Amino acid sequence: MTAFSDPGSASPRNVVAASVRLRHEAGLHARPSVKLTKLAKRFSSRISLAASADGPWIDAKSIVKLMATKTPYDSILHFRAEGADAQAAVDALVALVEGDFPDDG
Amino acid sequence: MLLSLSSKGTFPMTVETVRLRGRSAAPGLAAGRISNLANGVAKTSSFGSPEAERAALEQAMANAASELRALAGSQPREAAQILEFQLTLLEDEDLCAPAFAEIGVGARAGQAWARALDTQIADYKASNDEYFRARASDFIDIRDRVSRALSRESNAAPVLPDGAILVADDLAPSHFLEIDWTRGAGIALKAGSATSHVATLARARGVPMVVSLGDIPAAEGEWVLLDGERGEVEIGPSEARLADWRARVAGLAKRRADETSLAKAPAITRSGQRILTLVNIQGLGDLSPEAAHGDGVGLVRTEFLFEPGRAPPGEAAQYQAYRAILDWAGGKPVIIRALDAGGDKPIAGVTFDGEANPFLGVRGLRLLLRRPEVFGTQLRALARAGATGNLKVMLPMVTTPAELAEARAHLDAAMAELEAERLPARSPPLGVMVEVPAAALTIDRFDADFYSIGSNDLVQYVTACDRGAGELATLADPLNPAVLELIRRTVEHGKKTGAPVSLCGDMAADPRCAPALIDCGLQAFSVAPSALGRLKAAIARCG
Repeated sequence: MTAFSDPGSASPRNVVAASVRLRHEAGLHARPSVKLTKLAKRFSSRISLAASADGPWIDAKSIVKLMATKTPYDSILHFRAEGADAQAAVDALVALVEGDFPDDG
Repeated sequence: MLLSLSSKGTFPMTVETVRLRGRSAAPGLAAGRISNLANGVAKTSSFGSPEAERAALEQAMANAASELRALAGSQPREAAQILEFQLTLLEDEDLCAPAFAEIGVGARAGQAWARALDTQIADYKASNDEYFRARASDFIDIRDRVSRALSRESNAAPVLPDGAILVADDLAPSHFLEIDWTRGAGIALKAGSATSHVATLARARGVPMVVSLGDIPAAEGEWVLLDGERGEVEIGPSEARLADWRARVAGLAKRRADETSLAKAPAITRSGQRILTLVNIQGLGDLSPEAAHGDGVGLVRTEFLFEPGRAPPGEAAQYQAYRAILDWAGGKPVIIRALDAGGDKPIAGVTFDGEANPFLGVRGLRLLLRRPEVFGTQLRALARAGATGNLKVMLPMVTTPAELAEARAHLDAAMAELEAERLPARSPPLGVMVEVPAAALTIDRFDADFYSIGSNDLVQYVTACDRGAGELATLADPLNPAVLELIRRTVEHGKKTGAPVSLCGDMAADPRCAPALIDCGLQAFSVAPSALGRLKAAIARCG
């Protein structure tokens, strides 16, 4: 819905970026954070996340850093991945947030 | 808060009854003996070289992780998810990196670990979001589990005596799960929070729990009554109180059974009158399956959008939130209240500071009419959202018909703007929240599209009793005939003019009040989603 890929940022280094609105009512909370980091760890790419377009960027595979952002409901989450499976990683993460962290995910 | 009551009873345990007031975190009633859970701090062991300290910490973390994994395996899903959260934290290198760094420059493993976790704990405790604040207890849980493993202390579960009331400063979620609650009766915490993970677990497990009690002046083994309904603990109850208590326990069991069977059905009185039961929503988290058993939404408190320390939400953010509620309601009526700030709900940068008596000050609609930019933005967002669902907008703290007319002019102006911008919008019905006695007394001069009686403030203003003054609790009686007379007048005016009338406020959820309200002719009640079952049961008992 609010997700969009940014083709301008695709480069020979295979960097992919996208943004998505966080609709989870309690914000980036315990359960969503567990799901997000678990999913991010399935990819080999380096994946960063920011709650604001100009950073700070944090490692999306670290739940400690993710929770520390204390991102509230309705924030825009920005993802940036770099590596062989960057596109797949960003697509999967955006889908997870858009789907409001489904329990079977 | 501590109240001493002299007791004439001959109960052998004590000659004086002490009643402590805290906050309810899980409902239910429990009577039992106090069992103190020692929140002992682990001793610091020394392992020698930095390499040995580091290895010891790694081993302790691995042991803690495997304990958590074993514990999670035997738990139902909600509990397992909480443990999985802790496990994910524990396995994150960023959690222990500061500790390893300190060990590298000579610190002992135990101290380095505790300092690293204490930094995290302090950070969460300082959050202005209640949910994030409550996560501090998860970090405390992890800190203590690893510390115990480090000092080679046993992590074995405490064994509760039968029917024990567990007393502690706070209780770790994993600790809760290790305790055999078929034996334990309840939990009394000196600190703690109703939004903590352990509160979620206690509610799911049906263990009554009261938090924020402060000091609990009772010895191990002493008799207490734990009231998870009212958030109270009574130490050394008299025999008379115990008899009364047993009657309450029996009554509660019967009521629970009734509520479960009635919660999903429409509310109907014994004489067959259909009563609308609506829900009060104070955040998007309240849009639960439980809340869907209501006939609609009787009150959305939009204050939740205005977070302390942040700029007021823009039109887009408000529109999204209102849309989410209307979409969820799927055609059922939704009454959204315009921002009700001021009084006991100050919002920095919006409300007036330094009022001598904020409850009689610039609050509700009075404030909105003086903050046209805030009001205009909200009305635009509401009118746009109104195009997509069954939306009504309620104005808080109205005193005169002139204020209603002025608010209508603001709505008309917002509609004209939206039309000029070709944005889809619909002018929602505009209602008056009846809470100022002057409005209730002259209700026949109002021509609102609907009325909602705000009983909390109405009772406070009619009886001239501060809502927060416990000393005046009996005088601030919602069943005072003066209050009921004003409710009756409002209901009659609504019937005469074809405007629906509902009541939101604690009175709607108080089973004692239901007969009197139905007698006044009221046909719509709005309560917290968790009170729907209780309300429907109370209505079913009415004639």
